[in-house]
Formats: sequence, structure tokens, C-alpha cells
Amino acid sequence: MSTRYTKDHEWVSLDGDVATVGITDYAQQQLGDVVYVELPEVGKKVTKGGEAAVVESVKAASEVYAPLSGEVVEVNPALEGAPATVNEDAQGKGWFMKLKLDNRGDADELMDEAAYKEFLATLA
Amino acid sequence: MSEPTDTASAPLAVTPLHDLHVRLGARMVPFAGYDMPVQYRDGILTEHNHTRAAAGLFDVSHMGQAFLTGPDHETTARALEALVPADIVNLGHGKQRYTQLLNAEGGILDDLMVTRSSDPDEDGALMLIVNAACKHQDYAHIEAHLPANVKLMRAEHRALIALQGPKAAEVLARHAPEAAGMGFMAARSMKVAGIDCHLSRSGYTGEDGYEISVKANKVASLAETLLREPEVKPIGLGARDSLRLEAGLCLYGHDIDTTTTPIEAGLTWSIQKRRRTEGGFPGDARIKEELANGPSRVRVGLVPEGRAPAREGTEIRATDGSVIGAITSGGFGPTVGGPIAMGYVSRGSADVGTPVVLMVRGKELAAKVTAMPFAPHRYHKG
Repeated sequence: MSTRYTKDHEWVSLDGDVATVGITDYAQQQLGDVVYVELPEVGKKVTKGGEAAVVESVKAASEVYAPLSGEVVEVNPALEGAPATVNEDAQGKGWFMKLKLDNRGDADELMDEAAYKEFLATLA
Repeated sequence: MSEPTDTASAPLAVTPLHDLHVRLGARMVPFAGYDMPVQYRDGILTEHNHTRAAAGLFDVSHMGQAFLTGPDHETTARALEALVPADIVNLGHGKQRYTQLLNAEGGILDDLMVTRSSDPDEDGALMLIVNAACKHQDYAHIEAHLPANVKLMRAEHRALIALQGPKAAEVLARHAPEAAGMGFMAARSMKVAGIDCHLSRSGYTGEDGYEISVKANKVASLAETLLREPEVKPIGLGARDSLRLEAGLCLYGHDIDTTTTPIEAGLTWSIQKRRRTEGGFPGDARIKEELANGPSRVRVGLVPEGRAPAREGTEIRATDGSVIGAITSGGFGPTVGGPIAMGYVSRGSADVGTPVVLMVRGKELAAKVTAMPFAPHRYHKG
């Protein structure tokens, strides 16, 4: 099981054909204090690059795009009562949703950790 | 994740504290043509809470400072009264007053602070503090309407900082003992840590505190002196916005603009009795009419149910589905501990407790009209 990343600062962790999705530590730092996360309904079909969730900081709302196409099979129940979990552990307990992927192979097109780190270096 | 969309391309101006902001680890963003700190290392939530608990230092040097000068107080005050609805003639020595520059329809061109010096020898001069984004239009507008014997002088060599919070007075008294004796909205010149300053006991956070006008070449030294006090932390524009929203205070260009009158905006308190009766300011006919019969819409506070914030531009509907207005400022109130907003609704829906529906991302979010401020004002009394 490996973690993959997008240029929109989402991470994807694969377990069979189910992908756990969240935003990266870089993303949570950029957002600042998260005060609300709007998650999709379980059963919703999301399309790669389409809006999947909304994360709100004190200052602004930001869209979270689906890193891959698939069906939402689970959302993180902890975020409703404790949205700051995203700041505390963005790439762990602060996960957003689990997607049953339409095509598992799509994940191979995403960046691995080394590539994402290289990408972050270009933003500094 | 979507990127924030600040795409200002014009070169940004900087305040005299720019180097200090960068050194303090601020995240700088374009605001009103300036490169300004939106937050420092601790983040907006911590900065907001720190200001409510102790004292926060804000750089507001981007705001416009200017002096109106004429032969005597009466002449200068009357010249300004032709543009604003507040009573300036009867403004006392060493007093500050909030007012608005109005257009011919009673719409708000900008909101501003007007101060009369505490020193009778300086009579004939009024100090103005206007919004950064409006200052060039404001100055042109004011100059176009002044009589020949009253001049506008831009104070571009002056910086402005605000020290706000329940510990502000205690902290400032260590460097300016006389400051502690000032009342709310009082203004005086005095030395702070040996530096010539002009102080007013005011601010835009709902807390007790001071705004300190000082020569640009002295402000870094003054700011660093204040930041060395254990109670004081630097606070960015992000927390400045959440603090003023909780205090129910208007942000120009959002909650008030050329389409809103002071009566609609709930700023009737800032129009003193003599001006309401006499008029003599732009838009006075409309404002008198709204005072007599009520405006068609009014600015109200709104508290959404649940935790989802409703942002500026969100449509407000009555429970029957009819559109009654829009949110002009909205977000998360750290002191309130939940979402808060303000916006305009038609007068029939403005009573406190009225249930309304906010359309957030196509979904209905229940909310109630609420009294403001959301967090109680704690201005200095005495």
C-alpha cells in the first residue's frame, strides 16, 4: 500500500480498490485553522478533478477535488465535531473519505512521495 | 484543493513595518494595493483569541491619514459637514468621531474617523483616517468640495498601529502613563517610549485599545518596543477581520458601499441629532426619509445553525423561499465558537429571532436573525 499525491495537494492511500483520500500537510498549513469540512454523501459518484468536498478555514472556503474517479463508500465521522483534526494530523486521522475506485490503475498516474516533494520544492 | 485567488498584478506598496512582518514570519498577501500580513506563525485562530485575552498589535499603516486645515474649527468643521452626516462642529477638543463620506443618493463612499486635536492652539485642523482602498478617491472627492480657505494635507509620512485587547491599557501605561486616563474615543498627543505619537482610545476589534499614529521612521522602533511586552503579539489582517465581524463592525466594500445608506447599515447612531434635523449633507433627503419611515432593507446579524460558515454573497431567503437579501460578511467566529454572518434583509424580516434560510453551495442552511455584536464590546468606560 503506497501513498500517492496530486498537484492540488490531496493524498491517496490505496488498499485494494479502495482509496483513502485527504489533504496534505502542506495544504493544511496553507489553509490555516480548519473550522468546517463539508463531506460528500456516502454513495455519491465523484469524477477525477471534480468537487468532492469543501474545507473551510477561518478566512475562506476551499474546494477539495476528487483525485480519482469512484464512489464514496465512507467519510470521516470525526471531522464533523473536530475539524481541527485536519490541522493536527492531515495525512492520518484527518482523512476525508474513502473511494471505491472505478479503475484502480488510475492511481499510478499520480505522484509518488518523492515526486510530490519535488513538486512542493517548485512552489517555495 | 483550490488555490486562493489573489491575482493582483500591479506592484504592491509596503508599509514601514514590512521588514518587521517578514522577520516575524508573517504570511504576506495583497490587500488594498499593499503587501500585508494576513497572519503570523501562530495562525488566525490563535491571534484572534490572543487579542481577546491579552493584547494584539496591528499594522494599519495602509490606511489613509490626512489633515483638513482651515482658519478656525468652525470653518473646517463646516467644510467637512458638507460631505459627512456627523456633527463635527460640536466635536470636542481631543475627541474622535466615526462618520461616512456620502454621495448624493446617501450611499457611502467611505467610512472614516475624524479627530479634533486636544490642543486649542491646533484648532482649525481635523485629522482624518480613511480606508486604504478608498484613500485616493476620498482625497480627490474631499478636495473637489473644499472651500478655498480649507486645505487637505496628506500625512503620508505617518504610520498607524493599533494595540487592542484587555491588556492594552496596562501595557501602554508602562510606556505612556498618561494614556491610561484617556476615555473611549478620546485623542491626545503624547510620547510613547520617548517617541512623539498621536493616540486615540479606539480600534476595530470590539476590545479596549488604542490607535497610535507616529512618524513612519519611528514606527518600527515603537512596534518592537510594544512587541517586547509579554502580553503583546503581532496580529494579522485575518484575525482583524474575524474580530471586527464578531464586534458587528462594518467593513467598507463589503458591508457598506455606495449602494447602502448609513440608515440601512444600522449606523444611525453616528448621525447626531442636529444633523438629522438640519440636514445639509449629501443624500440628506433620502436619509431623512429613511429616518422617518424606515429603510426598505437593513443590516442584520445572522447565526447559521450547525457549524458550516456562510460566506459573503450567500443568498438569504425567507422560510417561504422568497429572496430577501444577501450576506455581506460571513465566517467563523472564534470567540463565538461557531459560524456568524451579517447581511442585508428586507425590513419585514429584520426582527431578532426571525428564521431565515441561507443558500450555501446550493443547499439550504437554516439561520436566525441575531442581535449584534456577536461578542460583547469591551470598550473602556470611565
